[in-house]
Amino acid sequence: MNMMSEATLEKAVDQKMNAVPHKMIGKDVSVYYGEKRALFDVNLNIRENTVTALIGPSGCGKSTFLRTLNRMNDTIDHCRVTGKITLDDGDIYDPSIDVVELRARVGMVFQKPNPFPKSIYENVTYGPKIHGLARSKAELDAIVEQSLQKAGLWNEVKDRLHESGTGLSGGQQQRLCIARAVAVSPEVILMDEPCSALDPIATAKVEELIHELRANYTIVIVTHSMQQAARVSQRTAMFHLGNLVEENDTDKMFTNPDDQRTQDYIMGRFG
Amino acid sequence: MSASLLFLLVLLVGASAFVMGRSRAMATAGGKLSSLHSLPGYHGSYAAIWALLPSLLVLAVWLVAAPPMIDRSVLFHLPTDVLNQGSAPAQLALGQVKSVARGLALLSDAERSALDSGAINLRDAMGAKGIPLAGAGEPWMIESATTFNRMTANSHLAMAGVVLLLAIGGTLLALRGISQRFRARNRVEQVILGGLILASSIAILTTIGIIGSMLSEALRFFASVSPTEFFFGTVWDPRFAAAGQAGQAGQFGLLPLLAGTLYIAFVAMLFAVPVGLFAAIYMAEYASNTVRSIAKPLLEILAGIPTIVYGFFALVTVGPFLRDISGQLNGLVTGNYASFIQAQSVLTAGIVMGIMLIPFVSSLSDDIITQVPGSLRDGSLGLGATRSETIKRVVLPAALPGIVGALLLTASRAVGETMIVVLAAGVAARMQINPFEPMTTVTVKIVNQLTGDLEFTSPQTLVAFALGITLFAITLCLNIYALYIVRKYREQYE
Repeated sequence: MNMMSEATLEKAVDQKMNAVPHKMIGKDVSVYYGEKRALFDVNLNIRENTVTALIGPSGCGKSTFLRTLNRMNDTIDHCRVTGKITLDDGDIYDPSIDVVELRARVGMVFQKPNPFPKSIYENVTYGPKIHGLARSKAELDAIVEQSLQKAGLWNEVKDRLHESGTGLSGGQQQRLCIARAVAVSPEVILMDEPCSALDPIATAKVEELIHELRANYTIVIVTHSMQQAARVSQRTAMFHLGNLVEENDTDKMFTNPDDQRTQDYIMGRFG
Repeated sequence: MSASLLFLLVLLVGASAFVMGRSRAMATAGGKLSSLHSLPGYHGSYAAIWALLPSLLVLAVWLVAAPPMIDRSVLFHLPTDVLNQGSAPAQLALGQVKSVARGLALLSDAERSALDSGAINLRDAMGAKGIPLAGAGEPWMIESATTFNRMTANSHLAMAGVVLLLAIGGTLLALRGISQRFRARNRVEQVILGGLILASSIAILTTIGIIGSMLSEALRFFASVSPTEFFFGTVWDPRFAAAGQAGQAGQFGLLPLLAGTLYIAFVAMLFAVPVGLFAAIYMAEYASNTVRSIAKPLLEILAGIPTIVYGFFALVTVGPFLRDISGQLNGLVTGNYASFIQAQSVLTAGIVMGIMLIPFVSSLSDDIITQVPGSLRDGSLGLGATRSETIKRVVLPAALPGIVGALLLTASRAVGETMIVVLAAGVAARMQINPFEPMTTVTVKIVNQLTGDLEFTSPQTLVAFALGITLFAITLCLNIYALYIVRKYREQYE
């Protein structure tokens, strides 16, 4: 009886989760670096307004998959992607798609904070200026304020917007990079181990931020930290040796995974 | 004992000092190497340094200092009537005495007695041994030559004694000092450090020496021509033909030369900077690895072409081409086929020098652009910027200080370039702004002033040093300014 109710509950939760529409759909995605194959037919869907965490040991292909989502792999020589990835039902690898437009819709935050050697203000306005999102200085100012507030940085930097972005602390720099990504009003934000270069306090702030951003954005985050994946994400996908091992609700993933390899990885038996 | 034999002997002493030092260190260790502060090899090296360093130093000083001292004392003992003739004939006589001295050493006893008795003449005796004498030779020369030989022999003997004594003494001193706790390693490293400092100071001292000699010659020039006339004069007319005649000093105005130098350098930069910079951007940002691996070395080959080759490329190809095409253009427009670009002109020299500078600009800028961290490019591309926007707004601003520095270094090269302008710019020192006419540069005039057979006492030749030091000051200022700008920008971006 008890077992039954648990199963029904699970089903109900699944149904509720499945009701969330898919923002991005990856079908049979494979990536080759020259002769070497880095991803093997990955089928992974990204749900709207959800934080999806990609976990797995180093070299498992999670970052590679992340970078296929906004075609950052295009910048690497000899990199080839097969399969199909859609964003709102549009194939992002379709020749008619402008990669620049795609990256405006699917923003990215990198492992190491990489603010441009410009002022804080110019860092945030970089994207909006390129895409012509503001018609006047006032609009630009508004974008800067909103973006910095969304990134939780406004109160810390509002008095020194015109100082160099590289003068901020590591955690502030990373939040500036998030503000920079948010300023373009993307639909999806990809984060490649955004906290691996930060101290625990800065990490906590960024995690809190990710939590808040979820309301407006779809977020995909690659992380090495199990605790972080458990804290910030609702869905988790586990990669191993270029294969997608398992994708599930984060709660289920960390308590009762379907796959033995996930179990082993989470328990720290390899990786 | 000859110097080279002595040198070998000292080396031998040094080698044995090394062996003895090492074995002595091992003996004091009593089979337990770890009880030594330094490894036996260091003790050996320490002993060898003591054996070699002082003795070789004395040997070198002796070899340099002894001959002039002997010369002086022999010269002093020459007959008074020779000395009274002045310094040049006395030096000539000394030269003869030295030749005779060399010859005397080759004569057999019989020949020597024949010479002393006057049976054969000095010149013939020397000639037979393959030593030509300038004059007939005089009897006192034999006496002086004998003195010379004796003093040289004594000096060599003393040198050998002192040097060997020092070598052996040094060895013994070092061996006595060797003990278990002796810090031979630190001592040896101190000596090596001294050697490194010596090597770096030689480079600096040489530079200071060159500046010093240029300055002193330039001061001699300014003694006869006033600095105001030189630095602010607008006429360059050194009057070679009249050199040395009183009241015919000529006019040495720097400004026409400086104007030509800067003008040609400007035209060259105008040509080289865009081409070089664009090439660098293509190489660093767009070219695939295959293209880059072929094109970059090819571009750098340009930098390896000797500038004289560029010079005759300008003289034989570019100059006549520009002259002819300007004639054709003129003919098309006005019907008059006279060419308005001269074969030797600012434009010719500027273009060819620009070609020469392209690889400098592109290679230096390429290095700087590739040093901009890839994370900045990723950041910009990730925001949806195109490659070209990324280059314009992120990569180039970040690379700017380095690029400015590279351009200023290139400019200072353009200012100092010689062979191209000698062949392509002309020699007419004029102040004008038409790039189609010949102008001349500081470097061309330095070459002109020094490639005559004038003495180094007239202002006509000394002016070369004044020009040289001016050029040096200009390039020095350019380089210092480049460093200043680079530092300023770096602070802004850090």
